This record gives sequence, C-alpha cells and structure tokens, in this order.
Amino acid sequence: MAELETHVLSGAESAIVPTRFDALLNWARKYSLFQYPFVTACCGMEFFSTASPRYDLARFGAEAPRFSPRQADVLWVVGTISQRQAPVLRRIYEQMTEPKWVIAFGTCASCGGFYDNYTSVPGIDKIVPVDVFIPGCPPRPEAVLDGLMLLQHKIGTGDRTPVSVKNTQLPDGAETQLERLYQIRMKP
Amino acid sequence: MAKIILDRLKAKFAGDVLETSSFRGDDVAVVKAERWREIAEFIKTDAECLCDYFVDLSVIDNLDPQTEEVDRAGRFEVYYIVYSVTKKHRVRVKARLDGESPSIATLVSVWSGANWMEREAWDMYGVDFEGHPDQRRILLYEEFKGHPLRKDYPANRAQPLIEYREGTHNKLGPFLQDEGMPLNRSVTLDERSHKPS
Repeated sequence: MAELETHVLSGAESAIVPTRFDALLNWARKYSLFQYPFVTACCGMEFFSTASPRYDLARFGAEAPRFSPRQADVLWVVGTISQRQAPVLRRIYEQMTEPKWVIAFGTCASCGGFYDNYTSVPGIDKIVPVDVFIPGCPPRPEAVLDGLMLLQHKIGTGDRTPVSVKNTQLPDGAETQLERLYQIRMKP
Repeated sequence: MAKIILDRLKAKFAGDVLETSSFRGDDVAVVKAERWREIAEFIKTDAECLCDYFVDLSVIDNLDPQTEEVDRAGRFEVYYIVYSVTKKHRVRVKARLDGESPSIATLVSVWSGANWMEREAWDMYGVDFEGHPDQRRILLYEEFKGHPLRKDYPANRAQPLIEYREGTHNKLGPFLQDEGMPLNRSVTLDERSHKPS
C-alpha cells in the first residue's frame, strides 16, 4: 500500500506496483466517498461551511453528495435526532449499500447533547453503528476535516472500531497570539 | 392600551370574568372555563374588540414538582392571546382547570388558527378540547404514553420508538475517554497512514 502511494504520487516510471487487492480497493474507496447528508439541525450550517470552497471537502475526494442512500457510501448524521425520527434514520441506513460508513456530526448526534429528555435520541449509535464521532456544538470545519481524515484512515486499514475526534490543542503561544490579534481588531 | 377589551368584557360578562390585570400594556382576563367559548366569540365579533388574529394558545402547569401540590386555584391554566389587526390591540384570556381531567371547549370554530395549537396543548399537557375536529398528537407519536410537559412527567424519561442497538449504553458513547481515538495516541495520523498495513 505504502509503495503504491509513493510510486503513484511521485509519478515513478515503473508500470508495475505490487500490492494486495484489498489494499488497492480500500485506497480507491477512501478517496471517492459519496456522501448522504442527513441534516436535521443547526450543525448543518457548519456542514455547508465545510463543504464549500473555503474548507473544501472536495480536496478529500468527498465532494459528491448523493440524495439517495442507495448511491452513498458515508452517512453524515448532522444534528439532533428525535425519537420520532429514529426509525427514519435506521431505514435510511438499511437502504445504503455495502460498504457503508456513518459519521456522527456534532454533540447531539454523538450523545444527545443537552437534550436529556423525552424528545431526543441520546446518540445515534443507539440506532445505527457509528464509525467516527465529531464532538462540538457545532464542531468547527477543521474538526470535521479531522473526522473525515480519521474515517479515511479507518477505511484504509479496514478498522471498524468507533473513534472520536480529539479536542484540538492550540500550539504553545497561539493563545497569546490570538489575544493580540483580537485586541488589534477591536481597536477603533 | 387595550383596556377597552377588559372593560367590554367586564360589562358584558360581569360574573364570569374572575380577575383582570394590566401590566405595561399586557392585558389579562381570567374567565370561568364554562364561558370560554362565548367569551371568545364576543372578543372576535364585538365591534370594539374585533380580535381577528389568533396569536397563541398554551397551558401552564402549576404543580410544584417537589411538593406535588398546587398552590393556585387550578392546576392547569389554559390561555390564548388574540390580536386585532384593525384595532391594533391584544388581550390574553385565561381559564383555570382542575388536575384530574382538564377539559375545555374548543375555539377552532371561532379562530381556525386554534386547531394546531390545541392539538399541541393536548399533546404536551393532556388538556382535552371538547368538540375539536381532529384532536391527535401533533409533535409526538401515537405510541407515546403520557404528556411530557406536565410537571409530574419525569424530565429525563424517553420512550424510544424503536429498540436501541444491543451493547449501547444510555447517554454514553461506545468508548471511554482514551479508547478508540487514533488522534489521541502518540503516533500521529500521518505516520499511521503511511505505515504499511
């Protein structure tokens, strides 16, 4: 797999690249993800932002949305899922063809968020198996891209254990730098 | 400002208007539940009132969840707000209902805008609107038991429509803080993805 990437990307002259077939297949899969956005709430705004040119989901081969679950590889569950909607979500998941992956976008989709009440499903993993959790209310586009890269990594290795995007740690000194920028901008 | 509605109501339904109050332009009339419908019709059709726009209808549950006691005249208070587009005034009308089987006449035949709001009040508080043409739940599902905005409904009780997947915990993700997080490990994502699999 590693040789394949190195050779193809560097444009090596050798026309024969020895690799395993499943590795080649996964490599193709992870860079051509067709997505089904199941957008229910305010996280959708952040999803649009991630998909639009500034953050550009297309860089990751994941620019094609498919509004039929039968044509999609990734189910993005973006926003709060109510109890009444849970059967719909499960049916959408069941309609997707294998191989399929699920991303829980935002805190509500991941664990129900602050909706600890009669309305909401406390995390969509109660309804469908989830591959990547992206916490945040809503998560920043950077976190979403982290989540997508995690998913690609998982597809590449064939790993199906659920993972979560970690909180971003600012590098040393970044906070003071941000503060300074903020002060400059706030000056009349 | 809209004191005129309260004055008209007091003049017309002397014994049936229990209280009135005005606070910074908000006029409230508490009326007897038995005259709910007649008073509504009057507020809509009377030449001085002409409240043609139905703004809102909802319910207040006065039960104290700690003591499970009601310190008011009735456990449920149904209220609606109506506005007059021509006269530019608004009024709030309230009625008090008992907690056992709260029931009151429907206002759909007066303002058809009351239809869905009464359905919501039935869904959330279980107040029965007699004569409503289509009193079904509007937000929740038919399988739901009870009325969730009543103060004696446990705040965190959910009634899932479909069974949760096996091995999932209520309110918990399928991993602990340090489990299943490749980004959290010492190897970075870049190094991992370039390792031969």
